[in-house]
Amino acid sequence: MTLLAAGGINDSILVVVLASAVAYGTPLLYAALGELLAERSGVLNLGVEGMMLVGAVMGFWAVQRTDSLLLAIVVAAIAGGAMALIHAFLVVTLRANQIVSGLALTIFAGAAGLSSYLGNDLNVAGQPAKHSFGPFLPHSWQNAKVIGPILLAHSELVFASWVCVALVAVYLGRTRLGLNLRAVGESPAAADAMGINVVGYRYAHTIVGGAFAGVGGATFTLSITPQWVDGITGGAGWIAIALVIFAFWRPTLCLVGAYFFGAFSGIPFTFQARGILSGVPPELFQSLPYVMTVIVLVLVSSAGARRRLGAPAALGTPYVREER
Amino acid sequence: MIRIERRLAQPRWLTVAVPLGSLVVAFGVMTLVLLATGHAPGHTFSRLIDTGFGSKAALNETLISATPLLFTGLCAAVAFRMQLFNIGGEGQLYAGAILGAGAGIALGNHTGWLSVPAMVVAGAVGGAALALVPGILRAFFSTNEIITSLMLNYVGALVVNYLIFDSESYWRDTSSATAKVFPQGKNLPDAASWPVAHSAGLYVPFGLLLGVVLAAVIWLLYTRTRFGFEVQVIGDSPRAATYAGMRTRRKILAVMALSGAIAGIGGASQDGDFRHTLDPRGLTAAGYGYAGIVIAALARYNPFAVCLISFLLGGLQNAGFALQGADFPSGLVGVMQGVILFCVLGGEVLTRYRVRFSRTARRSEATA
Repeated sequence: MTLLAAGGINDSILVVVLASAVAYGTPLLYAALGELLAERSGVLNLGVEGMMLVGAVMGFWAVQRTDSLLLAIVVAAIAGGAMALIHAFLVVTLRANQIVSGLALTIFAGAAGLSSYLGNDLNVAGQPAKHSFGPFLPHSWQNAKVIGPILLAHSELVFASWVCVALVAVYLGRTRLGLNLRAVGESPAAADAMGINVVGYRYAHTIVGGAFAGVGGATFTLSITPQWVDGITGGAGWIAIALVIFAFWRPTLCLVGAYFFGAFSGIPFTFQARGILSGVPPELFQSLPYVMTVIVLVLVSSAGARRRLGAPAALGTPYVREER
Repeated sequence: MIRIERRLAQPRWLTVAVPLGSLVVAFGVMTLVLLATGHAPGHTFSRLIDTGFGSKAALNETLISATPLLFTGLCAAVAFRMQLFNIGGEGQLYAGAILGAGAGIALGNHTGWLSVPAMVVAGAVGGAALALVPGILRAFFSTNEIITSLMLNYVGALVVNYLIFDSESYWRDTSSATAKVFPQGKNLPDAASWPVAHSAGLYVPFGLLLGVVLAAVIWLLYTRTRFGFEVQVIGDSPRAATYAGMRTRRKILAVMALSGAIAGIGGASQDGDFRHTLDPRGLTAAGYGYAGIVIAALARYNPFAVCLISFLLGGLQNAGFALQGADFPSGLVGVMQGVILFCVLGGEVLTRYRVRFSRTARRSEATA
């Protein structure tokens, strides 16, 4: 195994792994950005895996029915948002326990629930996608040394995710609405006193978070493996939740974290395709993203209290004006 | 405008009326889901109930489906009661199945009936060991146990697949040529088959009886001992527990180990009661651990309610598997579980709060 193979630097294992990190990190990035928005408003949504799966199946269905990739993304976002609306109603209006409600959402929508039901009922399993997102830039760009495969040979979804990171970062740090959102997440009582509509902000950001998760799920069925299989996300939603913690609730760090985990998700496929370490059982590589999630989570949580890292102070707690 | 205000007293009748009302609402929502996707709701429900509970054969199948759910439901309930969200019941069940099958194979037919308790203990050790990973991380590094325990489910599934499909491990049958081409687990020896209680045409697996006994033991532990009292205090008010000098870390470790051990026994019961081999495909496809979370939440963490609800959901799951086909899509049972859970969660608010519509709300403000 050499770092620089004979086929030029673009075939070297390092470049291939980094390129796959971006590809496999993209669904994590979308889902993590969405979860970040919801958590910044104080709503912990553990239903990301379920929302991603419903977005994945509905997006895939839409592209099969309408032949439009853009419409498919819109449908995926709406599907994810609709799932998040259930959670928002339960935890914001009815003040149910956020952890239990989020778990319920994952079970309701997840691999053995609604997403599987829809996949069977809409009869989309086992078909190849009619259209899928793929690299679209000129070949000379895609083949540029090092940056070509890593940064340029990607689909529109990857570039759009960078725009989303920038937008969320600006929104949180530089706009009135974003600052209001942070106030709602840190101290809903103070925000309420300022005249901010706490319930409205929580609903809006939970739903937008679900829409992001839906798009993240659709990234699997429209780009990475363009087909629908039950449970296609394979735990990506949970890694995304962990990612928000590693990223200290900052969108730009989400980008770094998503590619870090994307690399571990891509490694099994890269190594298998190249016959690298073929004596090692594939399960060892496949378990890497999960094991790394645990390890990094321990490192982050032992580094200090979550509050110091930037967890919204009101995360996970309902806001009841009469009981503050 | 709807307003929700806290109830000062919880009327007795509400604790019965609300769950029942939630169930009615859940069936209403399911009717809408079925209509929206072009299925006949009445027909679907009657087939579900018939196939789940309609005959002795159906009941026997339901008891089989309910057994693992009883264990994973207790696993979740025990931990959730302390606000310790162990959602790794799935992986802990695999760990128990691995060690349980290992013990059964290792003892062979030499020790007779001792195989059964040995498998129970081995399963409990396997589940507890896996649960202690998130437990230790939570106790000493305050790492979120939800994510760590869930991640270990995926790792557990990979390990159990590895043992049968990608290695020549102790668990894999390598005795014949076909077994080398089509990987499968070794068959457990006869002594490792758990007994079945049999009366009036009903077959009750030993694992189910063990689960019911465990539920009673847990109820005693949580309501009649100092340990249980401290667990409940830590769950309801961690700060008060610390001020009272309760050792939170030890409780986290103990409760996680207990919770994992229960799921692990469920895994051993899969080997001993039903599958008689280590069966990665069957175990990982069933999703027992996740259903256990639904059960614990519906039972509001009460062990006896877990017994009842795992029987009901067992019937639902059994019917779901039996009916699965073109006009009965897979996933329907998961959807139903989710809808019931949502409705019960939403309904719970009615026991704690009263809902008022704007005009009456304003009047109550004036009097207050």
